[in-house]
Amino acid sequence: MTELIDQPIPTAPPRSQWRDIWDQFKTHKGALLGGIVFLLIVLAVFVGPWLWPYDATFIDIRSRNQGPSWAHPLGTDQLGRDMLARMMAGGQTSVSVGITAMLLALFLGSLIGVVAGYFKRLDNLLMRTTDLFLALPLLPLLLVMVLLFREPLNAAFGPETGIFILIVTAIGITSWMPTARIVRGDVLALKEREFVLAARSIGTTNFRMITRHVLPNVMSPIMVSATLGIANAIITESALSFLGLGFPPDFPTWGRLLFDAVDYMQQYPERVLWPGLAISLTVLSVNYLGDGLRDALDPRIRGR
Amino acid sequence: MLTFTIRRLVLAVPTLLFISLVIFMLLQLAPGDPMAQVPLTVPPEVKEKMREALGLGAPVHIQFFKWIVQFFWVEPQVLIDHLFGTTFSEGQLRVLSWQTRSPVMDIVVQRLPQTLWVVGMSYVLGVMIALPIGIYSAYRQYSAFDQIGTFVSMVGFSVPTFFTGVLLIVIFSVNLGWFPSIYDTTHKVTDWDSFVYQLRQMIMPVAVLALYNAAQISRFMRASMLDNLNQDYVRTARAKGLGEKTVVLVHVLRNSMIPVITVIALGVPQVFGGAIITEQVFKVNGLGQLLITSIEANDLPMVQTLTFIFALLIVIFNLIADILYGILDPRIRYD
Repeated sequence: MTELIDQPIPTAPPRSQWRDIWDQFKTHKGALLGGIVFLLIVLAVFVGPWLWPYDATFIDIRSRNQGPSWAHPLGTDQLGRDMLARMMAGGQTSVSVGITAMLLALFLGSLIGVVAGYFKRLDNLLMRTTDLFLALPLLPLLLVMVLLFREPLNAAFGPETGIFILIVTAIGITSWMPTARIVRGDVLALKEREFVLAARSIGTTNFRMITRHVLPNVMSPIMVSATLGIANAIITESALSFLGLGFPPDFPTWGRLLFDAVDYMQQYPERVLWPGLAISLTVLSVNYLGDGLRDALDPRIRGR
Repeated sequence: MLTFTIRRLVLAVPTLLFISLVIFMLLQLAPGDPMAQVPLTVPPEVKEKMREALGLGAPVHIQFFKWIVQFFWVEPQVLIDHLFGTTFSEGQLRVLSWQTRSPVMDIVVQRLPQTLWVVGMSYVLGVMIALPIGIYSAYRQYSAFDQIGTFVSMVGFSVPTFFTGVLLIVIFSVNLGWFPSIYDTTHKVTDWDSFVYQLRQMIMPVAVLALYNAAQISRFMRASMLDNLNQDYVRTARAKGLGEKTVVLVHVLRNSMIPVITVIALGVPQVFGGAIITEQVFKVNGLGQLLITSIEANDLPMVQTLTFIFALLIVIFNLIADILYGILDPRIRYD
């Protein structure tokens, strides 16, 4: 037994879990870059309009359809509105819709997935609900929802806030199901593992079991779902706008700008390019961010 | 396992009925009037007659029941008649489109091949590309192949199909003139030249969708493989002296396929519905385009039937995913 005492006593204080996660996250160059690019995009679209002299809705019909210049780096559109200002205004809406809808979908999906996987009694009911939601095709449902609730919500909250709430809620409650199913599948497999049995044998309550043992272990699929979810929300919003069903033309989003640009595709192909690139770059950076988070949050990979 | 399958099959019936009720009730709320396109000179009492002829005068539950009977009883009889030349369905009323006044299912059957060819082909292609990439990327994590593969799949997933489609049209149709930008569905393959033309017009839509599907599935495959590669049973398998091929392709792959199977199975119904945008971009007159036009034209029987067909597919593929779950992973017991 004496040789144990000879072992050096650890002098450094124990490292916090978040420090470890950050250290692992830093080693993933793509994730770091993605995070920085995403932050830059968010900063650009939210701070940019304060610095940029042109307003997104200011119409200067004499300088319409201009190419890139110092005054208008991205040119102007068919009504002479500055494209850079419109891109920033569009980005505000697109990014806000994406993040809010993702949070809503993620919350619903994780809650239902964990509860269904953990409590056998609720499993059937919740999974039938999930099946029901999955079996309701997304686009017709979104369309009917937009048609039905646009007017009352516009009257209650004003046109921009009304359609924002509508689209966020519509995307949120129609995109939580994949997360729920994947989380449930993982929880089902997890429940049969020994450490859960061990935890149960020392009298862990269900709530503690879920928060302490189940949730950390399903964190990586939730993170992958979060990144896919934010990407999905931005793309769904753009797709709705692309079909002419999203925000009204006065409140541009990237999808709306792309939709407007398709008509001028042959004469001014760069107008298709900018909003498309903005959507792609945002989604790409979010995806890289999530990839790094996935690795950083997985305690089995961390520290190797 | 068999009892489970049978129980799920039986359970699917009320699920489907409930879904059809939800779709029906949602569409009942839909604004718009099928008589809106009728000229104003038509007197109101004639309009009322026309409304009744469309079955709109009846109470909601009668309308719903009639639709159920037509969809589940009359339409299968029509199919049997068509296959075996019998006359079960003679004189029975079928689900009629308000737009064309012809049976909805006839139009669906006309549109089905285009969707199956373009979108189905791209899905199969996408899965076939995605699985090996996902497996190898995870096995050699952070290698050059993984970095490039991850980057390509990230780009493929991040770029929305309406942007890729438009971009491909600008590059290959407008500037280079290699491929036609509009998919010609009346084209028939008779000889080598027409086959080449068919290939050329299919390349762009299939490429756009295959890239998108492959990107999604390979991401899930990689994430799932990584979750399993560090498990203890992998070390045990290696310690037993099993070959690396057996360890990865039998032990790890089988366990990793469980979530991936869900994703693949859940993606199949999207093959029919989710490619609406690509069909719009390339003007493929498949099911997605039919849905959009019928929504725009306020053709409720068509919208209802199409959404219900999508729902039916989804329920079937969920069932398949669940059964595969049990076969692939004996740890998950359904009892």
